[in-house]
Amino acid sequence: MIDAPFIVEVRNVKKSFKDVHAVKGVSLSIKPGEFVALLGPNGAGKTTLVEMVEGIQNPDEGEIFISGLQWKNNQHELHQLIGLSLQETRFMDKLTAYETMRLFASFYKLDAHRVDEVFALIGLEDKKKAFVDNLSGGQRQRLALGVALLNKPQILLLDEPTTGLDPNARREIWNILLGLKKSQNTSLILTSHYMEEAEYLCDRIIIMDQGTILAQGTLAEILALGSGYRSLDELFISLTGRHLYE
Amino acid sequence: MNKITNHQLYRLIVAHFAEIIREPAVIFWGVVFPILMAWGLGIAFTQKTGVHAKLAVVRTEQTLDGSKSKLSAALSENGIKQDSSYLVTLKNVKLGDAQLSYFETSSLNAYRLLKKGKVSVIVADSNKGSTYSFDPSSQEAKAAYQLASDFEQNGTQSYAKMQESIQPLTLKGTRYVDFLIPGLLGMGIMMACCWGISYTIIDRRSKKLLRRMVATPMRKTNLLIALITARFFMNLAEAVLLFIFAWIYFDVTIQGSVTALIILFMAGNIAFSGIAILISSRTASSEVGNGMINAIVTPMMVVSGVFFSYHNFPDWTISVIQYLPLTMIADSFRVIFNEGGTLIDVWREAVILASVGVTTFVIGIKTFKWY
Repeated sequence: MIDAPFIVEVRNVKKSFKDVHAVKGVSLSIKPGEFVALLGPNGAGKTTLVEMVEGIQNPDEGEIFISGLQWKNNQHELHQLIGLSLQETRFMDKLTAYETMRLFASFYKLDAHRVDEVFALIGLEDKKKAFVDNLSGGQRQRLALGVALLNKPQILLLDEPTTGLDPNARREIWNILLGLKKSQNTSLILTSHYMEEAEYLCDRIIIMDQGTILAQGTLAEILALGSGYRSLDELFISLTGRHLYE
Repeated sequence: MNKITNHQLYRLIVAHFAEIIREPAVIFWGVVFPILMAWGLGIAFTQKTGVHAKLAVVRTEQTLDGSKSKLSAALSENGIKQDSSYLVTLKNVKLGDAQLSYFETSSLNAYRLLKKGKVSVIVADSNKGSTYSFDPSSQEAKAAYQLASDFEQNGTQSYAKMQESIQPLTLKGTRYVDFLIPGLLGMGIMMACCWGISYTIIDRRSKKLLRRMVATPMRKTNLLIALITARFFMNLAEAVLLFIFAWIYFDVTIQGSVTALIILFMAGNIAFSGIAILISSRTASSEVGNGMINAIVTPMMVVSGVFFSYHNFPDWTISVIQYLPLTMIADSFRVIFNEGGTLIDVWREAVILASVGVTTFVIGIKTFKWY
């Protein structure tokens, strides 16, 4: 594997669906161990951008490198490097949490030992035998996070991992992620509607709207872009005229 | 690391099988319902059903003067009179009893009764002999006419004597239930594959689970093969239970080769699994899927001769119907069950069915939308 300075490099990537220009020429780079938040309202192009990094969508133009590799011809290697959770993935209702994890572990040729480790990591050991359709929203999100962590990914791509969760459940997921950063130097790309999530977790914040990057930097840098902004939302309104969470 | 229980194909098959059997409704619709259907239809069509012919009698001028016509004499001798109608019972142990109801009425009213379907024949009674009016294209009316004119000429004895020359079919393989069970087994394969496999795929796609799964190193074909394999074992269990019921309750037996039956069963599963993959290769909408599955399944259920022989359809359609997958399965099952067929008799069908399955599977996977 090439020892690239950036774990993810996105160069001038564009993507359209019929008449909609979802992503209009975006570039960004992420260092190993860096946590980056993509913020923006619905339709900003966050999910499309993340899905292109995940290899689920192909860019119309531009290039994406993960650990120096492109998706074409390197699918097998890259699937081992990344872990992801999609917006609202629903697993099989009639499988238990444990069976779901064993199923996904088998795709990475991992055994029951790793599954037990992950259950400990996400703190869902007492729900191993529960059917997926009996899990609460927060428990399901933790299960989805656990599935993403099975292969000890170098880069995690989480699409709105805490949407719809109460503050406690959200904080539990945040703590799991911060623990990973410390222990495994994992990188993270996270999309979110929540400013406090970005503030609490991420080293860098990228604000997107209508397929382009409006601003990026640390929270302090972004707030310094204009005078007198007390929060990201105020900044966002001044940039786009809309609320972040619209 | 190399344990089979860690292998993705094993895990996928176990997951899909667990998902099928953990739904209690699946057990009802997959196992209990086909048995109930076999029981209901088997009973309904194996009981001797007595004929009950209804006729309107119109007296003509010659018979109004009091002198007796042949019909009047026969009716007053053998019939039970009630108001203005006669009920005649013709007895026959082998054929089942037949009943003739004669309603005496005016000519005008007789036609009214005929139009309403309350009688199928109008008899104009006269001293010279009766005239029978009916629609010759109606089987029911024709049978009523034959019984009634025989009764008028010969009384009740002629029908009773018919039994000497009748040999009822009780031989195995010739009853309706022998026709029905192989058809139901074939239909079970079609329904379980088309609904089970297609619906599961469409559901997974709409839940974005397919998308999540292909973002791992999972082999895509393994997912589909696992789905088909789990469904196959379920279908096998359903078929065995249905057969055991038919064997115990109706004494249905397999007269031919069990090996041929198993091969054909597998070929049928391959055919409909491939078709199911093709049906569900693109859509994420259960409404669209519903329509597509119905478009494939319903015509075959009607024309492929599951419940009744397709040989009553026009000749030109039969050459097409014979090559529908369900027809090939049902017909070949019948050859094995009822005619003592072996692999020599059904290998051609098995090869065609398997080829249909492989072809549709390949096309399906080429056009498959994972997200």
